[in-house]
Amino acid sequence: MLSVANYKRAESLEEAWELNQKRTNKIIGGMLWLKMEDIRINTAIDLSGLGLDRIEETDDGFSIGCMTALRDMETHAGFNGYTCGAAREAVRHIVGVQFRNLATVGGSIYGRYGFSDVLTLFSVLDAHAELYKGGLVPIREFAGMRPDNDILVRITVKKDGSVFSYKSVRNTATDIPVLTCAGAYGGGKLTLAVGARPGRAVCFDYETDPGSPAAAERVSADVCEKIVTGSNLRAGAEYRKHLAGVLTKRVCAELAKEAGSK
Amino acid sequence: MNIEITVNGKKLRDEIDADMMLIDYLRSHGCLSVKRGCETSNCGLCTVFLDDKPVLSCSVLAARADGRSVTTLEGLRGEAEEFAGFIADQGAEQCGFCNPGFVMNAIALFREDPSPSEEKIKEYLAGNLCRCSGYEGQLRGIEEYLKWKKQK
Repeated sequence: MLSVANYKRAESLEEAWELNQKRTNKIIGGMLWLKMEDIRINTAIDLSGLGLDRIEETDDGFSIGCMTALRDMETHAGFNGYTCGAAREAVRHIVGVQFRNLATVGGSIYGRYGFSDVLTLFSVLDAHAELYKGGLVPIREFAGMRPDNDILVRITVKKDGSVFSYKSVRNTATDIPVLTCAGAYGGGKLTLAVGARPGRAVCFDYETDPGSPAAAERVSADVCEKIVTGSNLRAGAEYRKHLAGVLTKRVCAELAKEAGSK
Repeated sequence: MNIEITVNGKKLRDEIDADMMLIDYLRSHGCLSVKRGCETSNCGLCTVFLDDKPVLSCSVLAARADGRSVTTLEGLRGEAEEFAGFIADQGAEQCGFCNPGFVMNAIALFREDPSPSEEKIKEYLAGNLCRCSGYEGQLRGIEEYLKWKKQK
């Protein structure tokens, strides 16, 4: 059961950072996963008063505040236009609208959850985690870092002219995914990320055109061979490996279609 | 800690524990339409509007609603009565336990999109679990309601 002794809506990032240096204090994001834990928090640090709950678009990219709700990412016209709808596709299956109005992009990325659709998607974008003290860290690197007492302030995404696709498989609608797959293609480079293995998303990079059926077959076989999957209540390792090949091919087909229409 | 929340248009000031959930706060103020269901943020039974956005009150600290506005089914009387009455006349519900959360979220959908497609209705209401209707009755009821509203 979650118990919280004190609540503090931080008035600055510095105040939040100072409070967060104490091990028994914790920053709360959407609080949906945290609420399920058996945990005692001395001070719950809330960043919701710092204007970090929005997506800002410039000519060069996007700045996504850590408190941006998944629903806002789902409905943001600019971000969805840039990602070919992959942003919406990545989150629209997560529980329900009410849940996605609470769950935050920062919470999902900071948690480095294996099942995270959001982390899978951002792994194929030219994205960086902006840490209050640590500065800009590429998302892939951030995903592999051990959680510390720094603050994830926002995610920055550079527009690089790529096309994107996102697919996931769930045993039942609104459930945690059995496997996720995101893809990006631009400048002759193909990047794929496969998550919910059930471990966190891993990336595969190729220099090939996903539009060629033979190349898509090769990429799919390579992902199947290299990916490390595991078993849990939702699916077995072998099934996940098979799905990785299937989703990879589907993502390649969609990327080719998007590249063709661009 | 002290908080001030506007609930259904009325300003309330209270001293609460830091870990009090919004659902418990609202129920303690007589908003009994806000029901406790799964408590795992999945069923949608406890749906309320926080600054006009539907959220799960079982998963929000009451402290987080400090200075903000909360609306429950009790605060949507006219709008909710029309829709809920129509759904009942259509026989689109059975036990009615999920109804308050379902009605709240359906109203949020109608406010966002007055003419939603079948796919959008299904997607928007995916976070409202019903263990007896199988959803077909609710979907039919919503579609009939929207047709009736257009003709009205």
